[in-house]
Amino acid sequence: MQKAVEMSRSEGHAAGADLQSRVLLEGVSKSYGEEWERQDVIVDLTAEITPGELTVIVGPSGCGKTTLVNLIAGFETPDKGRILLNGEPVTGPGHDRMVVFQETALIPWQTTYENVVFGPKLRGDLSGKELQDEAERLLNKVGLREFMHKYPLQLSGGMQRRAELARALINQPKLMIMDEPFRGLDAMSRGLMQEFFLRLFEENRRTNLFVTSEIDEAIFLADRLILLANRPSFVRKVIDVKLPRPRHYSMLSSPEAYAYKREAMAILHEEAMKNFKSTATSKDFIDAYSKRAD
Amino acid sequence: MAKVLGNSEFWRGLFALIMFVLLWEIGSRWKEMFGYSLPYVGLLPAPSEVAVAWTKVLPKWGYWESWYMSFKRVLAGFLAAMLIGIPFGLMLAVNKYFRDIFFPPFEVLRPIPPLAWVPASLIFWPTNEMSIAFVTFLGAFFTIVINVIGGARSIDVRYLRAAQSMGASQWDLFSKIILPGTLPSIFTGAAVGMGITWEVVLAAEMISGGGTQGSGGLGFFIWNSYMGGSLPQIVVGMISIGIAGYLSSSLIRIIGARFMPWRRLF
Repeated sequence: MQKAVEMSRSEGHAAGADLQSRVLLEGVSKSYGEEWERQDVIVDLTAEITPGELTVIVGPSGCGKTTLVNLIAGFETPDKGRILLNGEPVTGPGHDRMVVFQETALIPWQTTYENVVFGPKLRGDLSGKELQDEAERLLNKVGLREFMHKYPLQLSGGMQRRAELARALINQPKLMIMDEPFRGLDAMSRGLMQEFFLRLFEENRRTNLFVTSEIDEAIFLADRLILLANRPSFVRKVIDVKLPRPRHYSMLSSPEAYAYKREAMAILHEEAMKNFKSTATSKDFIDAYSKRAD
Repeated sequence: MAKVLGNSEFWRGLFALIMFVLLWEIGSRWKEMFGYSLPYVGLLPAPSEVAVAWTKVLPKWGYWESWYMSFKRVLAGFLAAMLIGIPFGLMLAVNKYFRDIFFPPFEVLRPIPPLAWVPASLIFWPTNEMSIAFVTFLGAFFTIVINVIGGARSIDVRYLRAAQSMGASQWDLFSKIILPGTLPSIFTGAAVGMGITWEVVLAAEMISGGGTQGSGGLGFFIWNSYMGGSLPQIVVGMISIGIAGYLSSSLIRIIGARFMPWRRLF
């Protein structure tokens, strides 16, 4: 395995090979709670996050997407099965996998700049001038250079997400994990962030896992779409999205995109219905939702 | 200064204070003006009488010694509570074994009001001074600890996870995430604790009797005025405590703002 130190010294583009990582999930299961009230969240999930591609995981909320993120990031360990990053089992958190969390997880008591340099500074990967230059380069790239001495609470929602992207990128991860990163943004900033994020991805095609519950966002971003079954979750279907790159938002209204959306919606709807059937008691409610099926 | 004078909040505040004093003055002088006394308010010394009493004690060394003694006791108890309470609270929050052992006795002792400790500590500690300091310490200690635990445990797990995945060691997590994340609660605890400390000091000074004039502190100053039957001087003591408390909590706010620049933004 290449040492992370070498990786982070080289420019993103030069380290091309290191960006093309592969993640394999083999028969992963995870449940929570004590024995008598055990809840299976993920059961026998097998999937591949393909090198140099943007894999998007979609599923209804509460289906176990965040659990999956926690497993791949190494914050939690699977009960059964294993997760391999470039053939090596994942045993805990590491800076080869960076997570951009739901809402924002910038550290409030550090300025934007301090947040960005946090990782490399702790590990001593980069120091002094080198670190400062790299941080400023990334902050410039995400358009936050002028705001680098502001605290996260002084930034808008969109700016916070961009700061978080910079904080993740400076660690030169082999895999970027985006856990519903644009949730909570207004529609306009969300669209802008999606386009911005795609430009970043298309620049060097670092293997990327993007988790969302929004089907439009998923189709717009994805090379591959993994549809999850509702709790307990496993892979329902994988759709290859063959829309051309670079992407533009107008492509979402093309017939191809619409066909992908219909295919995905049919499955997601079925999965969401499972949830209603198991929880809702009102018959009218279920009827109303069944009529939407086609 | 110009900023303060141009501020409508300042003038509203000043107006309210003046009105309050004016109404009090009229209320206490009702009898002189209208021939009969108002219930309750009529018994109070008028603000002007209080002011006169104040000018009488101001040049006296004993009055300032009372201030000094009370402040000294508050500070001693308060600082001891911070020094012991913050690490103790953090340990309770961070370490499960520590919590299993020390939290139950802590929770049993916590509901005991600090003043209930006075007789026992008068017997236990060799000097009056030490027992007052001890009771003062207790007043702030429990509040600070509870706030520290609450603050440390409510830190967003995502900050810890983000730091952990970027390579933070246990010590990094503690010093860079948990400690700064707990600061707001520490200062809340300090502000509340400081208030309780003043309450406790005053009560302890009254109960313990304080000894000579000045060394009794502001609590004994009030008690002494009561024994001497000087009503205006009691009020002087009360207002002095109000001012002392305000000064202490302002100090905590100022220090807090300095320590937590990210919260000074609004």
